[in-house]
Amino acid sequence: MTRQLIGTAPSRRAVLKGAGAGLLAAGFVAPVWAQAAPIKLGFQLHRTGIGAAYGRWYERTAQAALKVVNETGGIAGRPVEIIFEDDGTDPKRGAEVVEKLVSQHNCDLIFGPLFSHVVIGSAPRAGELKVPYLVCSEGFHVAGGMLNRWSMQPGITDVRAQVSSMAPWVLANLGKKVTMVFPDYAFGHDHRDFFTAAVEAGGGQVIAKIAVPPTETSFTRYLPQIPSDTEVLYHVMVGPAVLTFVKELGEFYGTGARPQIFGFIDSLEAVDIAAPGLEFLEGSHFWEGHCRAKQADASDHETVYRAAVGVDDNGASVSDAKDVSTYAHMFSVWETLFIIKAGMEAAGYQSVADRQKFVEAVEAMTDMPESLAHVQGNKVFNGKTHQVFGHQFISKVEGGKLMKVHTTRIEDGMYDDAVDYTSQSF
Amino acid sequence: MTESVKVWSLHLGVLALVFAAQYVLPPYHATNLARIMVLAVFAMGYNIAFGYTGLLSLGHALFFAAGFYGMGLPIGLLDWAPVPALILGLIAGGVLAGLVGVLALRTAGVSFMIVTLMFAQAGYLTLLYLNTWTGGDEGFVVDRAARVIAGNDLSLDGTRFVAAFGLFAAAMVGCLWLVRSPFGRVMVAMRENEERSRMLGYDPFRIKLIALVLSGIYAGAAGAAYGLLFGYVGASFATIQYSILPMLYVLLGGAGTVLGPFLGAVLMFYLVDITSGYTDAYLFVVGAALVGLVLFAPRGILGNLRERFAPWLP
Amino acid sequence: MSFGPFLLLAVLEGTVMAAVLALTSVGLSLVFGVMRVVNVAHGEFYMLGAILAWFVTYYLPFPPALAWVAALIIAPLVVAAIAALADTFVLKRLNYAPEATIVATIGLLYMVQQAALTIYGPDARPVAAPFEWRIQLPWFGYSGYKLFVVGAAGVILAAVWLFMTRSTAGLVMRATQIDRDTAQCFGINVDRVYAGTFALGAALAAAAAVLIVPIQQAHYLMGHDPLLLSFIVVIIGGLGSIRGTLVAALVIGLSDGIISMFFSPTLAKIIATLLVALVLVFRPQGLFGARA
Repeated sequence: MTRQLIGTAPSRRAVLKGAGAGLLAAGFVAPVWAQAAPIKLGFQLHRTGIGAAYGRWYERTAQAALKVVNETGGIAGRPVEIIFEDDGTDPKRGAEVVEKLVSQHNCDLIFGPLFSHVVIGSAPRAGELKVPYLVCSEGFHVAGGMLNRWSMQPGITDVRAQVSSMAPWVLANLGKKVTMVFPDYAFGHDHRDFFTAAVEAGGGQVIAKIAVPPTETSFTRYLPQIPSDTEVLYHVMVGPAVLTFVKELGEFYGTGARPQIFGFIDSLEAVDIAAPGLEFLEGSHFWEGHCRAKQADASDHETVYRAAVGVDDNGASVSDAKDVSTYAHMFSVWETLFIIKAGMEAAGYQSVADRQKFVEAVEAMTDMPESLAHVQGNKVFNGKTHQVFGHQFISKVEGGKLMKVHTTRIEDGMYDDAVDYTSQSF
Repeated sequence: MTESVKVWSLHLGVLALVFAAQYVLPPYHATNLARIMVLAVFAMGYNIAFGYTGLLSLGHALFFAAGFYGMGLPIGLLDWAPVPALILGLIAGGVLAGLVGVLALRTAGVSFMIVTLMFAQAGYLTLLYLNTWTGGDEGFVVDRAARVIAGNDLSLDGTRFVAAFGLFAAAMVGCLWLVRSPFGRVMVAMRENEERSRMLGYDPFRIKLIALVLSGIYAGAAGAAYGLLFGYVGASFATIQYSILPMLYVLLGGAGTVLGPFLGAVLMFYLVDITSGYTDAYLFVVGAALVGLVLFAPRGILGNLRERFAPWLP
Repeated sequence: MSFGPFLLLAVLEGTVMAAVLALTSVGLSLVFGVMRVVNVAHGEFYMLGAILAWFVTYYLPFPPALAWVAALIIAPLVVAAIAALADTFVLKRLNYAPEATIVATIGLLYMVQQAALTIYGPDARPVAAPFEWRIQLPWFGYSGYKLFVVGAAGVILAAVWLFMTRSTAGLVMRATQIDRDTAQCFGINVDRVYAGTFALGAALAAAAAVLIVPIQQAHYLMGHDPLLLSFIVVIIGGLGSIRGTLVAALVIGLSDGIISMFFSPTLAKIIATLLVALVLVFRPQGLFGARA
């Protein structure tokens, strides 16, 4: 457990030089805490296990956001504290961590988990304890109706909306005959099902679906299954073997003819795109939830955010250029913390007795304009499905850098509600 | 005081203490205790095979998962009521243990460990393969409405504790009765000297198979209860880690003792819970515990205690 | 892709996989053959080799080829030393009782893995290959380094074989394998033989990792899959038979690529796993079970 009351504790790195100056310049008042007791937020963290590469950056992002929140008055004038507990990226431990954060540390609410199995394994306990559970997971399980009234995803668009919003651009610009390569488990199946549906709705065709078992460490033998009339190769892989996959793809096509390549950045999250063996990605396209390389049109808020989380213009840590961030996903942690702030302040949150009011306040949210709280861009929240919808970015690799070429509209990703959580009891 | 009185009063006393604990412990620890009791039932099952009969299996996650999914799938897909689903889970554990046993018991020692490990791995992969129904690695939530038995909502802390305690108490009394029965002594004979028992006219294959099936029923019951009480079913519970977990509990608490699995589960749970507050590498502590145990206390805590002070301990 | 090139790629990949399997399994097989110990931590020695390779190539100011060669020397030595310590302080004190050693090596597995997490971190990091060479065929490209791995595996395996059959140390190890007590009577220091064998097995795993890590990445959880695969190879080949292990690696490596073309790969893995269990049940000497 890491317990850190930012303001008194030393920060991890010199992460906030830019942010602090920017905020003061913007006229924020330095906080003067009264005797108010801190609000305690529990963070369910993938510090170990298969999600650890993400967890490390999620923790840094949470610390950075916490610092900004505390420097700008905390939540309703109260200081904020985050308590991190490692869930080992394991659903059993995940549920125990929920228990520990709520019952032992008396946290007001819990946020932060990414991996779907941890979210689904922990959400029932959060519901039983009647504690708000704000996930940063991209999974469709929230909007799909599997969870409960207490579980929400206000910080990141789910995978169904992501792929649906990008399919039209892919069909119009890259090709109509698509082959998909995806991991053979739930996350990959979401991609398979929703992207296929979106492609077919757009007049294209998915001509092959290549499922790769998650335990695989070598992929070349799957590549001949890519039909030769493929126009677009769609890839999404996660886990430690992702770099191998992309490298082998490059070796396979070599200098010969190849289809257009469209990948989810998940295939290269936390990996340097300029790593040796990845040269062939030049000219290929990626989905990005948030542009890793700083774009020419980056907003001021994005700039402050980038400095606050300690990421340079290439998306790597400012203290170690080889330490590449999980930039496309980790903004969700930042935005979720600001939604917690907004929700608590709207609900007039005083104590754990007001948890229900908090959920209702978040459910009442709709438009979220681009701001320091929403650095990735403006969003629309659907209170019924507990899911937020935002812009997605398509980037092209140019000179070893990911350059944005298209921004989807929020409406492109909308779909019919599969659930109405507001009709469920607390 | 006769030995029998001593034995029963000790175990019933432990049960009474555990039951009373829910009124004393803070909520966090009370819920932990409910989890631990269910896991202890799993470990008691493991103990029947390993501690008493000498069958060192590395595949008990398979039997736990059989109960887990044997309960969860009928509820999730067919809207079964919880009681029949629980019973099906328990039976699934036993049946699968029987099937694995018929094949695996043709081997012994290291081969037995690897065969059970391979069957469990095949089972885990099968859960992933059948993801249309099982939800694969992601798993699924057991609907809260389905977690009510005769008006008792198992998602409420108090009810859950009592339900977990009921299973735990039944399992412990059953185990105690089993190991003190003539059959239990034959089981131990298998562990100590299989050849001699064969000469005495026992059929080792039959005895070991029965022990393994009983062990599977315990594991299945624990799996079914865990899924129902905590509301989630997923494939991560079928990984090899969940075969090692009960072994660890049993080794720590004392193989071949009735109370050992529970003691081991309590200590291990809190060892992880507390050390994870200080270090990322809390699994290091688990590893060190395993090595330390086989080196310095191969009989576990209660095993050593029995050796020195209480030879009557079952 | 037409059938010809398709088959060519399958054979290429199969050969590489066979080489990788043979490299990772031969140490396990050796340890089991001589010591009758199933080393569950074998995969972690492999992982340690890969991670050490990363440290060496990252911190030594050499060009990639030289740094990699340095890793190929340093990593196996360090891992061998760790293994020898583990043998002396843990396995020996258990008298190599099969079941106790399995439990102990499971414990070692966790300890090594978590130590790697603490020291090395959770990221998967690439290690540069000693050379970059891509073969461009008319139908597809292929990594020249992978072919080098096949050659290197051949050299290492031949060296092990020569060591076991021609050197005095190999003779002593084989003598210990056949009859420990008699060997002791002839003045062989069995403790040292065991420590040496365990270290050699671990060094082989580490050397395999240094060879393989440029085509994969170094990651603290990477030891798990090679472990299961090595088990499969060693069992199908007949526990303890080095020749059988090699044949099995070849058969499994070549067939795996082709089988997973026709079945769902997950289904192929299920079938393979069940097959291993059934081989152990019905043919405990393995499918190619000549005693080494």
